[in-house]
Amino acid sequence: MRIAFVNALVELAKNDARILLLTSDLGYMVIEPFAEQYPDRFINVGVAEQNMVGVATGLADAGFVPFIYSITPFAVLRPFEFIRNGPVYHQLPVRIIGVGQGVEYGFNGNSHFGLEDVGVLRTQPGLTIIAPADDAQTKTAIEKTSSLTGPVYFRLSKDSFEIPELSRSFELGQVQQIGSGVDVLIISTGAITREVIQAAQLLSDQGLRSTILVIASIAPAPVSDLIKVLSAFKYAFTVESHYITGGIGSLVAEIVADHCLNVQVVRLGFEVLLNNALGNSAYLQAANGLSAEKIAFRIHKVLEESI
Amino acid sequence: MTPQVSSSQIRKIILDQAKRANVGHIGSALSVADIIAALYFGVMTIPDPADSDRDRFILSKGHAALALYAAFFLKNWITSEMLDTYCSDDTFLPVHPERLLRGVDFGTGSLGMGISYAAGAALAAKMQNSKRRVFVLVSDAECNEGIVWEAAMFAVHHKISNLYVIIDLNGQQALGYTQDVLDTAPLGKKWEAFGWHVINVDGHSPEEIKNAIQLCEQEFTRPHALIARTTFGKGVSFMENKIKWHYWPMSMEEYRLALEDVERLS
Repeated sequence: MRIAFVNALVELAKNDARILLLTSDLGYMVIEPFAEQYPDRFINVGVAEQNMVGVATGLADAGFVPFIYSITPFAVLRPFEFIRNGPVYHQLPVRIIGVGQGVEYGFNGNSHFGLEDVGVLRTQPGLTIIAPADDAQTKTAIEKTSSLTGPVYFRLSKDSFEIPELSRSFELGQVQQIGSGVDVLIISTGAITREVIQAAQLLSDQGLRSTILVIASIAPAPVSDLIKVLSAFKYAFTVESHYITGGIGSLVAEIVADHCLNVQVVRLGFEVLLNNALGNSAYLQAANGLSAEKIAFRIHKVLEESI
Repeated sequence: MTPQVSSSQIRKIILDQAKRANVGHIGSALSVADIIAALYFGVMTIPDPADSDRDRFILSKGHAALALYAAFFLKNWITSEMLDTYCSDDTFLPVHPERLLRGVDFGTGSLGMGISYAAGAALAAKMQNSKRRVFVLVSDAECNEGIVWEAAMFAVHHKISNLYVIIDLNGQQALGYTQDVLDTAPLGKKWEAFGWHVINVDGHSPEEIKNAIQLCEQEFTRPHALIARTTFGKGVSFMENKIKWHYWPMSMEEYRLALEDVERLS
């Protein structure tokens, strides 16, 4: 997605002179196409994420649209107060790019994991939050948010892949639906949607047909889309590469409570501190019950026990 | 209006409003009154607060906002009725400046952020081939914040010579003297070591501040740091260099004495 993002930005910048790209010294073998094509619109601010957000705030106030790039915790958590007091409070079109959904930086360890970014940023009024599920959705989302006058956060995977079922679609405040099975409802966000689709296949092998809702537009939240579908199910399983607090599991639970919907939310995500053995992304997801097999197993178990 | 006239008026407004609203931060506002007067009545070009090519000002030490509101009033950007809403419900004039007030370029209150916004705003002016300048007023204790030095490195590296940082060097911070809390000395040498064009000025001489900024116009490659030596609580004898007046509001008797002092100064 990070490559898809840069390619989309190069295209968009052709017709939009306001676009700048700032990095806090990250993005080797990713950002070069932009930096080479627009050297005057590219700034490596050095290893200084707080200043990157502050400088972007000043630039945006003068009419620019700065995209600021880093690995998720450095893009979001280190400069959080700057995001809050700068682009959010002043409602300026700063675009924050956080690379690494969940544990994608595997061996790099906890410092590089993005497990609470959505939870932290979802508290901020007027901040659009986008978590694409594949490359094509990244491109569409970058294009469809280009005219927003307020700040946007993009939670991107560092990997490149396509989910054909999504057919490039993205709309602010809407979900993308895959399948229309009546037995299981799974709500997913981001790259882990690949595991969810496989999990749905495994469930289907056992005779359970799934509906998958993909939330790429976390804020504005796809409230009416969710309400429509949630009411038809007894359980809603949310799956995310994020702590179960604050992410889409929380979002769905809030909507269920706000609208008194008669559905039980089961949140699948990271639940404990990852202070045990580390590994690659797939290993860590599996170890935390988030591989396709484990997702299918956990869903099956809940449904079986409910009978 | 000359900067000299306006700085005494700014001081009087600071005392009147701080008394009316019964709030503190008086010493900090008095400390910067002459710097604000020099900038708004002798240095900056702001035909209208909405003019996109105006000079920008950021009060990074947001807790001195009362001095800023006084300048806005003297520039007729806000009415006396509006000034009288300072720290009242439904006001646009809280303790720290908020963007919703016409004339405030960036809301502040969290120390250190203003200089980072300023670096971006000044860089934007250069990229847009505009002659506009960006002035940012920081306190000496604000230089405790790491972000000040992140922004300082950035501005030098990008040769942002239309950026002016004015450091209100009054030697005091909220809970004590800076040399006891976290010594920033030698502050001028630190800015010099970071590559800035540094000028030392008397922070209570609007004329000296104005002349120093004019001198800076001949330096095209580096951003400028004016180390403005000031007295905390300047103009009110019993407040000068007293930690108490960072937060303390005045009694009626103190207000009367303070007014006498300020009138004597003018």
